[in-house]
Amino acid sequence: MNTLKIASRSILRNVRRSLMTVLAIAVGASSLVVFGEFVARVFAQLETRGVISGGHMAIYHRGYFDFGTGNPAAYGIRDYQSLLDLVANDAVLQPKINVATPIINLFGIAANFQDEASKTFFGRGVIPADYNRMQHWDEHGLRDFVVDASINTTDLSHGNVGVGLARILKLTKPLKLSAEKDASGVEEPAHGAELPKRDFTGLEDSTHAIENGSDSGASVARLDLLAATAGGAPNVVTFFADKAIAQGMKEVDDSFVLMNFALSQQLLFGRGEKQAVGIVLQLHHTRDIAAVRARLEQLFREKNLNLEVRDLKELQPFYKQAVGMFSAIFMFVAVIMIVIVLFTIVNTMSMSVMERTHEIGTLRALGVERTGVMAQFILEGALLGLIGTFLGLAVGVAISEFVNHAGLMWQPPGSAFPIPLKLMTSGAVRLFVSIGLGLSGVAIFAALIPARNAGRMAVVDALGHV
Amino acid sequence: MNDEQATVVFENVSKTYRMGEVEVPALKGISLEIPASRFSMVLGPSGSGKTTLLNLIGCLDQASSGTVTVCGQDISELSDRAVSQFRARHIGFIFQNFNLIPVLSAYENVEYPLVLLGLSANERRERTEQILEAVGLSRVATHRPNQLSGGQKQRVAIARALVKGPSLVLADEPTANLDSKTGAAIIELMYKVQAAYGATFIFSTHDPQLISHAQDSFVIRDGELIEHRVNEARLQNAEAK
Repeated sequence: MNTLKIASRSILRNVRRSLMTVLAIAVGASSLVVFGEFVARVFAQLETRGVISGGHMAIYHRGYFDFGTGNPAAYGIRDYQSLLDLVANDAVLQPKINVATPIINLFGIAANFQDEASKTFFGRGVIPADYNRMQHWDEHGLRDFVVDASINTTDLSHGNVGVGLARILKLTKPLKLSAEKDASGVEEPAHGAELPKRDFTGLEDSTHAIENGSDSGASVARLDLLAATAGGAPNVVTFFADKAIAQGMKEVDDSFVLMNFALSQQLLFGRGEKQAVGIVLQLHHTRDIAAVRARLEQLFREKNLNLEVRDLKELQPFYKQAVGMFSAIFMFVAVIMIVIVLFTIVNTMSMSVMERTHEIGTLRALGVERTGVMAQFILEGALLGLIGTFLGLAVGVAISEFVNHAGLMWQPPGSAFPIPLKLMTSGAVRLFVSIGLGLSGVAIFAALIPARNAGRMAVVDALGHV
Repeated sequence: MNDEQATVVFENVSKTYRMGEVEVPALKGISLEIPASRFSMVLGPSGSGKTTLLNLIGCLDQASSGTVTVCGQDISELSDRAVSQFRARHIGFIFQNFNLIPVLSAYENVEYPLVLLGLSANERRERTEQILEAVGLSRVATHRPNQLSGGQKQRVAIARALVKGPSLVLADEPTANLDSKTGAAIIELMYKVQAAYGATFIFSTHDPQLISHAQDSFVIRDGELIEHRVNEARLQNAEAK
């Protein structure tokens, strides 16, 4: 009790020095809070973008992921419906899975014969209802970030394309895209719809025009998609682009076609057996990835299925790379802050020990043991650390609230358009606890050396008798 | 006089300080016995070794040679921790510069040794209030040291030294930083509380005029004990009281 009393009053006794120390710690703590929340937000955005487009994991025929993307038909999953039933009816998997849906990935040539334009494309066939349901996954509450990329559910010949592909294939007019990029390099809709939500309602007219048999070519985004079937024969289907959805990377944006699963089956397998290339699984919670993967692999072994599972980090290498990069930057910033806090407290406590040498001698003469003197100064360091950390956390929260309400925009890695710059305040308790414990621990560690020196002083030297 | 009657026994004690390559002898083979429950004084000029002597008696330092026995305990046999506990239980200190903890009030400074002994809050309060009353500081109990005069600070230091009921109280030049009037008052106060509490009081001074206050006087010069004088009148006076 007396130790705490002396420690707290000693801090208040030298207000200016204590204040500077506390402020240094607070700056460190608030920086870590703000940057930590920023990084957490980036992680959440990247994860959400990956999960809504490609799910948390995918089941492929063994070897497809490494060797089969160039020849997807050779790695098809024949009885994919049974596999879907197996997943859907498993007691372990069922409560964890939000969507389990078959997909087809294929490559081919997309042609706009009307305007004499063609381009190789990467196509993904999805079941529209499942795909649209996947678009609503939002575990981290990032509604202002999620773009409406839903696909037509009624007509199997309709789908979406990348903005880049739409331009290359001269679909800017029917898709109402501006012909030129704006100065920032960001694709803007022609009629000033606000980003990031894009308004493609104008496409309804062209869709109706097609349905009514008045396909004029200029108002309908029609493409012919060519690909080789599983048997090696050329095949072609007619495809209508309803929306142009900007993709994060230019290479993808310039070649992406999102089509109905049935249409992609028709294109890839022709009159042959209809298969799926993969089964995409979207979970309710990302934290279940390991458990679901383990259960699936167990099921495959038990049923002797020649299948493999690939999860988010494998399906979206960019996600893994970005997480790694931002984690490294965060660690770098954290180390700098820790070093600053460390030296500030060592300096403050060393000054305190030096100034209070007489007091140390007195305490020892009264009967306080070496460890008691050490505890005195460690407690002071810990108190400075705690006060600075709590102040820093409070300032960090205030900055976060300010940033989240300032309406700032930025273009994160992998994003094709600017999105609101926000910090991840929800679920930040773990970050706060980590920073609080970390900096308090650093404060205690920093106080150890001066405290040890104080404890080791010879009593007569400290009293100034010699 | 045997060991049981003496609070402090020095047997051929020497203390040498090393200043770089140079060895400086502070005490040279001193042997003495300081009787229990007496008001004793160590007298000598500056640099004579008074403070070193008190440091050894107070277990603040260790002799280079010889044996120091305090309250029947050979100090050299104790570990650092045991010495701290010994000081906390048996020895009270009064310093020339008062050495009060600046962030504690007068009351808290006096109470502090009792906290170290682990006494209950009630007992601490009772003893602290009693001793503050005895030294006449009840009214300034809540004041911090920087709000007290020199005399008041030294009274707080006396109260702090006595509050735990020590066997031995050491005062190193307790009047050096006080004017002569206040110094005399402090010596008189120390004498009174020594008589009241029965502790062995040893104070050092370079002022020969204070010799009349002591029952026992040990005169040292250049690290050697020159004279041990007993003030019979003072002794009889104390016995009469």
